[in-house]
Amino acid sequence: MKIAVCIKRTPDSESRFRIAASSASIDETGLKFDIDDFASYAVEVALQLNEKQGPGETVAYAVGPDAVQETLRKAMSMGVDRAVQLKTDAVPYDGLAVAKALAAELKSGGYDLILFGKHAFDTSAGIVGTATAELLGVSCVTAATKLDIANGRGTARRELEGVAEIVEFPLPAVVTIDEGIARPRYPSLKGIMSAKKKPLETRPAQLGNVRVTVKSMALPPDRPPGRIIGEGTAAVPELVRLLQTEAKVL
Amino acid sequence: MANVLVFAETRANTLRKVALESVTAARALADSTGGGEVHALVAGSPGIAAVAEQLGQHGADLVVVVEHAGLANFDREVVAATLAARAKSGSYRIVVVGFSAQGRDIGPRVAAKLDVPIVTDVVEASVTGGAITVKHPAYANKVIVTLEINAPLAVLSVRPGAFMVATAPHAVRTEMMAPAAEPSASKVVVKELIEGGKGKLDLGEAPVIVAGGRGLKAPENFKLAEDLAAAFGNAAVGATRAVTDEGWRPHSDQIGQTGRQVSPQLYIAVGISGAIQHLAGMRSSRTIVAINKDKDAPIFKVADYGIVGDVLEVLPVLTQAVREAKAAH
Repeated sequence: MKIAVCIKRTPDSESRFRIAASSASIDETGLKFDIDDFASYAVEVALQLNEKQGPGETVAYAVGPDAVQETLRKAMSMGVDRAVQLKTDAVPYDGLAVAKALAAELKSGGYDLILFGKHAFDTSAGIVGTATAELLGVSCVTAATKLDIANGRGTARRELEGVAEIVEFPLPAVVTIDEGIARPRYPSLKGIMSAKKKPLETRPAQLGNVRVTVKSMALPPDRPPGRIIGEGTAAVPELVRLLQTEAKVL
Repeated sequence: MANVLVFAETRANTLRKVALESVTAARALADSTGGGEVHALVAGSPGIAAVAEQLGQHGADLVVVVEHAGLANFDREVVAATLAARAKSGSYRIVVVGFSAQGRDIGPRVAAKLDVPIVTDVVEASVTGGAITVKHPAYANKVIVTLEINAPLAVLSVRPGAFMVATAPHAVRTEMMAPAAEPSASKVVVKELIEGGKGKLDLGEAPVIVAGGRGLKAPENFKLAEDLAAAFGNAAVGATRAVTDEGWRPHSDQIGQTGRQVSPQLYIAVGISGAIQHLAGMRSSRTIVAINKDKDAPIFKVADYGIVGDVLEVLPVLTQAVREAKAAH
């Protein structure tokens, strides 16, 4: 199968974030960036599908500045065959613009399957995969926790808001990947060495009109400091009183 | 004056809480432009029109009813096509959907079909002149981003729990609309629905959440959390990632950075230490209660009311006290 995986470079989610002096972005000083977690699950799913189904090709795409080349190399060190950078100075906050850049590139690619993470950690917006599917006019399944492909059709499981569903769909398709589906492999030394020789093309991102822009970023207001009201079962009556009279939730 | 089109989400022909929140948000946006109308679109099997009155109570002026025998279960392709067709036919400034499972699927489709911008997971929104300004939490709620949208029409999806349902009775009209796509022609077909449990409240809908962590010590002790939830009557039970990774609770119950992000009115954390990934999923809850035996646990830094103690001892006593308080009403 010919599979595309669209990945994003995001900062380590456990970082302590600061706002840059411009107040229009985060301060990237000292932050560690890598392939986004959900995107790494998508890469793993793509590799496993092609390993199981015999000859195929897996191609990674990323929109962004030259720093994404490192992320694309990481995907290739895991086993992706080649990579394409859709170059722009900064990834805009306009998810539809990013989807347009990807769709313009993917539409002539002849892909059976196009995978995304269900969202990326930084914006948690979950727009690009679904919008790309719509622009390409192909099947779209979001937040898959299981994915099987056989005879040109896919079956996926999704777990959403207390209900699980099993869906079937024809290829080509866009599928966005939730966690729990596969543990992403660590690149082997051999993988890292061979990734350096794998083709990485760079083309301008056809973003079109960017209509969503960042005005400012700020840290959220702190919650009032925590308060310990007592110890053990003896504190229960006081808790109930506070829930009734102060919080008014009981 | 600008009209707002809102998708009113249903399950089994019943409005979901996020639908009322979306209508509330739409009402405020329409009012802020000097008195536009709110048009709510509902899609379901015949009989769905019955929800119109309830939507009027929260500020809808017109309910667009899409009834079809093939829409008993949510069909994202049909709903997206129909919502986009409606948005195109009227003079709307904004399309509002929920940032729920359904809304996550239809929002980007509608935006792509109409070629209009979309911002998801919105917690505040306002219209000023030509621009729509919204707040959107990012980086696992650690940063609040203010975005400006410059377009005559945009799609906003609102975070569940961020817009408190308000009553704003409007005389409501209804209008029938045929689905803009044939339900039987959808590419993606649901083969099987596996319900999480009869009558179980979803974490995104429940006003009260009791969440358990490793401090409960064993899977069977989640019974104590379930008992407390039952005493409240309007509560759902969630869990930390440590617990779902252990297989004590299903993966879908996980609250945190990579699981569900919730903002109930009351969040009771039992036996949860409060790892930063967990806090990312619940720190916007209105009131937080924590019960934990370690007084230095980070959960106490965000808890409005903390009790230091053994959850296995405190929970049954709290459950009994809540039952009595409820009975006294």
